Amino acid sequence: MAEPASSPAADAAPAAPRRPSHPIEPRLVIGLIVVGALLIIAAFAPLIAPHDPLEQDLLYSMLPPSWQSGGEPGYFFGTDNLGRDILSRLIYATRVALTVAFVAALLAAAIGSLLGLSAGYFGGIVDQAVSRLVEVWMAFPPVLLAIVLAAVLGAGLSSVIVAIVVVDWTRFARVVRSETMVEREMEYVASARTLGLSGPFILAKEVLPNVLPLIITLLSVEMGIAIVVEAILSFVGLSVSTDFPTWGGMIAEGRQVVYQTPWLLGLPIACIVVSVLGFNLTGDGLRHALDPVHRR
Amino acid sequence: MGRTALLRRLLLVPPTLIGVAIVVFVLLRVVPGDPIAMMIPPGASAEDIDRLRALYGLDQSILVQLFAWFGDLVTGDLGTSISLRQNVATLILGRLPATLELVAFATVIAVVLGGFLALIGAFYRRRAGEWIVDGVIGFVVAIPDFLWGLIFILVFGVVYPLLPISGRIDPRLSTDFATQFYLVESLVTGQFTILKGLLAHMLMPALALALPLSAIIARVLKSSLAVAESAEYAQMATARGFSRRSVLIEEALPNAAIPTVTLTGVQFTFLVGGTVLIERIFSYEGIGNMAVDAVINRDLPLIQGIVLTFAILFIAINLAIDILVTFLNPRLRRG
Amino acid sequence: MTTPILTVDHLVVTIKGTPVLRDVSLRVAPGEVHGLVGESGAGKSTIGKAVLGLLPRAAKIAGGYVMFDGVDLVGMGEAERRKLLTKEIALIPQDPMTALNPVKRIGAQIIRPLTRHLGLSKQEARARALSLLGEVAIRDPEGVLERYPHELSGGMRQRVLIAMAFSTTPRLIIADEPTTALDVTVQRQILALIRDLQTRHDAALLFVTHDLGVVAKICDRVTVLHAGRVLEQGSCAQVIEHPHHAYTQALLAATPRFDRPGEVLAPVPAELAASLWKEAASWDAQHPGGAR
Repeated sequence: MAEPASSPAADAAPAAPRRPSHPIEPRLVIGLIVVGALLIIAAFAPLIAPHDPLEQDLLYSMLPPSWQSGGEPGYFFGTDNLGRDILSRLIYATRVALTVAFVAALLAAAIGSLLGLSAGYFGGIVDQAVSRLVEVWMAFPPVLLAIVLAAVLGAGLSSVIVAIVVVDWTRFARVVRSETMVEREMEYVASARTLGLSGPFILAKEVLPNVLPLIITLLSVEMGIAIVVEAILSFVGLSVSTDFPTWGGMIAEGRQVVYQTPWLLGLPIACIVVSVLGFNLTGDGLRHALDPVHRR
Repeated sequence: MGRTALLRRLLLVPPTLIGVAIVVFVLLRVVPGDPIAMMIPPGASAEDIDRLRALYGLDQSILVQLFAWFGDLVTGDLGTSISLRQNVATLILGRLPATLELVAFATVIAVVLGGFLALIGAFYRRRAGEWIVDGVIGFVVAIPDFLWGLIFILVFGVVYPLLPISGRIDPRLSTDFATQFYLVESLVTGQFTILKGLLAHMLMPALALALPLSAIIARVLKSSLAVAESAEYAQMATARGFSRRSVLIEEALPNAAIPTVTLTGVQFTFLVGGTVLIERIFSYEGIGNMAVDAVINRDLPLIQGIVLTFAILFIAINLAIDILVTFLNPRLRRG
Repeated sequence: MTTPILTVDHLVVTIKGTPVLRDVSLRVAPGEVHGLVGESGAGKSTIGKAVLGLLPRAAKIAGGYVMFDGVDLVGMGEAERRKLLTKEIALIPQDPMTALNPVKRIGAQIIRPLTRHLGLSKQEARARALSLLGEVAIRDPEGVLERYPHELSGGMRQRVLIAMAFSTTPRLIIADEPTTALDVTVQRQILALIRDLQTRHDAALLFVTHDLGVVAKICDRVTVLHAGRVLEQGSCAQVIEHPHHAYTQALLAATPRFDRPGEVLAPVPAELAASLWKEAASWDAQHPGGAR
């Protein structure tokens, strides 16, 4: 077609061919399937698990998985040193993991985002205060801080959750703060201001929806982290009482008998890996799906 | 970095440290568990308990304790460990070299592995090689160091026993070290069998620490390399007849290293923090391992001392990274 | 008639299927300064990139030849072409700001190709670098060798790039709008410098530019390009004094001239541009996918 004014960009190097955007992000799909499966397992644990996770049967202790020699068909993955069915324990441990994941991640997100939004939007003293706080916070090795907190607060799920929230809120605060500062500079905020709208109102209406996709993405990553932290804390013996199964607790037990029953260590690890991968994929997929011009 | 900027950074250190100290201090004092109660032999009298408490200054108000501790800190006295009954500073200094060597080894692995992956991914850009590298990176980065450590124990310690899974060195080996820097010493004095043993013990924990960082380095470096490769100066080098490999390594890499260091610097502190757990699961005798015991035993002076040590390490690392960036980027230097 | 140092013969280049060079032919004799004129998007840089092997991945040479001293450049193997690029063919790039590696000293950037590809010793290479820096009128050559690019002005950087281009004693230099990114006062100096070195080192020069005025100053022969088609070609004096094609005349009318200072400048008329594009489109229709 003849075009009088423009001309083909022959001299300019053409941009690198962009990957075609998929209408359905595969990572998101896989991630959600994994997370969904976990939710189902956790919710229907009593129906799915073949045995009571706390039930001990010392006659059948340290059994290998059912397909190996010496295994029993009733105990699919075998039993631990107290004769408890590993499969059932893994299933019930999912409940602990997911509870911690959702509650802790949501709380950390809420608190961190609130502080980050305030710091980013109001600037000045608020920003200084929050930033100093974040700096001090980040001078702690996170694992150590979590352990200290859990030890301080005593055993129990709530202390685990509090520990995770207290340690990881900075992740949200930093990112949300910088995003808010970017959004604040954009025109729509300035125009809202000139219309005489008050600060918090602008914050809620204008900045938040734009920062929300980022928060959601971080949220799913945080859930994966929460599961790992919970596992760490129960590994160190600071989570729920040792009787109720947690993946971390099973890892601790498995570590002790790793030469005799390696699957006792390997299976809970696999569970955690799958869960973390699932949440990470979800987060990754969300990031691509919600933000087509995603900045890496 | 310009001298004034450096000075300003250094001046910010004490306030941050003080902040850390205060937070730790207060947190620990809000403790439900009573450290003294944990270590008393059964049958001790009430006076004994009180005396012990007074000895450790735990009978006074938090504020008084805080000031007392600060006073001691200034003179370099970190107090005495409640559970181990030794001077905290001595304890920490005794175990610190082990952790430092582990961290150094892990860093080397992370940089080499990450750099290698990034270069391969960049060289095979938009071909199968890059997808493979992306897949590897995605998988590695999803698994935290704690799990990698456990996986290694399982796979290389138990299922295919290749490496030792605990301790710093085989207790059967006769060693005679002057310092706690076993690795450095054995290297310098040429005791290569001992060196081999040390490295064998350190390989899995260091690798576990290094993997998450290496994945992130690989990811950031790979995309930085892509940017650098498309820059004009890289095109110029190609026009002058340099091979793609040469352009990638000699022109692009020095430029790509700059944003990589900046962006991955923070991750490095996570590597250091990870020593707490990794040392634990590998029974490696560093300060991380000691920290976990200290927390379980509610050993307040020791916990405080270790946390402070970590904080100092983190700050030192951040500073080192800034200096490194200045070294890599001549535009930041001021004469 | 000696073999032209550069032969472009009925070259057709497409980018993503769209023709960018539509049957372009030109010849550059050894030691000749050949101007390649056209507006943005005419395809002039593409020719240079085709010679240097710097065409983007999406570009395809759909027809024709590019030959250096009689040897086919396009079909040449990687290693062979690289060898040519290290010595015989050089580039003076457009943007001095980005063409130098920001983290390396000037000295290293000049000397490395000399020691690595030409086998010069460090001292020989350094001596050559210093002498060339002197030729491009840099006042403190030793100091400049130690500097980083960001410490030099745009004009100085372009001089360095010119020195680099001549440092491998090439027989052909592609100068891709080397004065466009500089301010007017500096342009003239740089132009004089290029011409000066070109004569002294006896290198052929393919001078890509959109400015006919620049061409008039230093070129022996000129090719006028529009939409990837050669509209006019000939000796510089001929084309400038007695342009045949309406487009060339229009270009001249748009160029400020030293000897006619009060003249009103006129842009290229819209109808002329439109009809030229129509011609390009009909060429495309006759040559689907760039086939000959």
